Order: sequence, then structure tokens, then C-alpha cells
Amino acid sequence: MIGIEHYVVVSSILFVLGVLGIFLNRKNIIVILMAIELILLSVNLNLVAFSAYLNDLTGQVFAMFVLTVAAAEAAIGLAILVTYFRSRGTIAVDDVNRMKG
Amino acid sequence: MTVFAFYLFAALMIASGAFTIFARNPVHSVLWLILAFFNAAGLMIIVGAEFLAMLLVVVYVGAVAVLFLFVVMMLNIDFAEMRAGFMKNAPLGVAIAVILLAELVLGIGAYRAGALDLGTPDGSATPLVGESNTENVGALLYSDYLFLFEVAGIILLVAMIGAIVLTHRAPASPRGQQDISKQVRRRPEEATEMKQPGVGQGVDL
Repeated sequence: MIGIEHYVVVSSILFVLGVLGIFLNRKNIIVILMAIELILLSVNLNLVAFSAYLNDLTGQVFAMFVLTVAAAEAAIGLAILVTYFRSRGTIAVDDVNRMKG
Repeated sequence: MTVFAFYLFAALMIASGAFTIFARNPVHSVLWLILAFFNAAGLMIIVGAEFLAMLLVVVYVGAVAVLFLFVVMMLNIDFAEMRAGFMKNAPLGVAIAVILLAELVLGIGAYRAGALDLGTPDGSATPLVGESNTENVGALLYSDYLFLFEVAGIILLVAMIGAIVLTHRAPASPRGQQDISKQVRRRPEEATEMKQPGVGQGVDL
């Protein structure tokens, strides 16, 4: 049995990578969405590891809900992206503030 | 053997996560993301969460990643221009990442030193011995978490309707903008107006 600390360290590294990805790819909103998926994946990994460690299934059920919300978020985000690209011809997030109104 | 599998999956997952955010081409990013999901599923199998691992493969690799691939390939984007701010933002990003990692390491250190008490589960969700992981999760999901499960379904429904509403375009009618019933309904009295202008006065429209 692998200790819980190993899982926590791995998922922390993945979480930090996701946050770093958001900062590095500030202009490319597709990669930002993928970085958010990485963050949610690391959270799921943490939940599952603690669920196994504490011998309590609640963590796995909660990870399933996180998965649901992540899928919904990706679908809505990409739909907004597609409509934005149709009206502007670009996906540069710098001038998204023109979207209001 | 388990230890070897853990380190293999963990190293591959972190490496593919790094390649996801550093790849120059977003298509490569999506493919690295898929590899990261596969390795995360492997890590989940090691701790015995087979159901969630399979769910991860089906939902993420089968649906979300393919959705990303569709969008990346559908939108014709100049990716070189997208990379323009990469190096400019790098110092800030790396600084924040290092700070975040230091905080997380501090938290793990505090846990190892015994400063954190994880608490003990109340035993209501303890997996039954002899049942598979899927059966255990299903039994819990359809009893204690039934309403939350329904809410998750509603969230997915709302997301689906929202995505359709956002991206759907009404198809142009095959006859262009011609509306036949409107043309048939048209009556002479609402289309024309009789005027009797005096000589030299003109018509006031």
C-alpha cells in the first residue's frame, strides 16, 4: 500500500502545474480550459486517495460530482468559445471585455 | 510491483501535465492531457477505485478530450500569435507556482509532523467487504446521495441545453428569406393607400 503522502505530493504537483498553465498561456483560452481540467483532475486524485486511505467511500462519490461539474464546465466553456469565435474571428482573451452589452 | 506502478503512473502523469501546458500546438496539448487522464486512472486503480478510474477514462478521454480536439481543429486559429505573451508572463507564473507549491509542502509537512488531525470517518460509508468497488459506490450513490445524484443529472441537463442554445444557428430556409404565408396574407388595403392630391400640392408620405 502506497502511503497517502505520495498521493498528496503527486496531486499537489499536478495542481501547481495547472495553476502555472493558466498564467503561462494567458492568451490561449483553450489551454487555460485544459489547465483547469488538470486542476480538477488533481483534486479528484486527492479525494480518491483520501477515500481509500480513510476507508470511506464518500470521497469517491464526491469525486464523481466533481467530474460531473468539470464535464459541464468544459462543455459550456467551449460553447461560449465557439460563439465568441464566430462573432469575432479570434479567441484572444485580451479583448473579451468588448463582449459586454 | 505496486510501488513500481505507482511511480511509473505518477511520473508519467506529471510529465504529461507539464507537456500539456508547455506544448506549442494545442492539439498536442489535448493529446498530452489524454495521457495524463489515463495515468490518473491508473493511479486510482492502484488505490482500488476502479469505478472512478473507468469513469475518468470514459468521461474525460471519451467525451471531454474529444470535445477539446473538435474545438481546436474546428477553429482556425493562429497559434503562433497566441504564444506571444508566453515569456512575458513566465516570471509571474513561476513565482506564483513556487509560492503555491511551498504552501502545499508546508501543509504536507505539518500533517507529517502530526499537527493536522484528519479525523475518523463515522463509518456510514465504509465499503462492504466482498463487494466490488462499483457495487459499493452504487449502493451509496442511490441511497445516501440520491438527491445530490439527481442534482448532478440536472447540472448536466442544464449544461447540455446551454451548449445547444449557445452554438445552435437556425438553418436558413431553402427559399432564402421568402415567407410564402406572409405573401398570401397580404391584402391590398394594408399594402397600398389611395391619395387624392390637389393640383400642385404634392403628396405627404
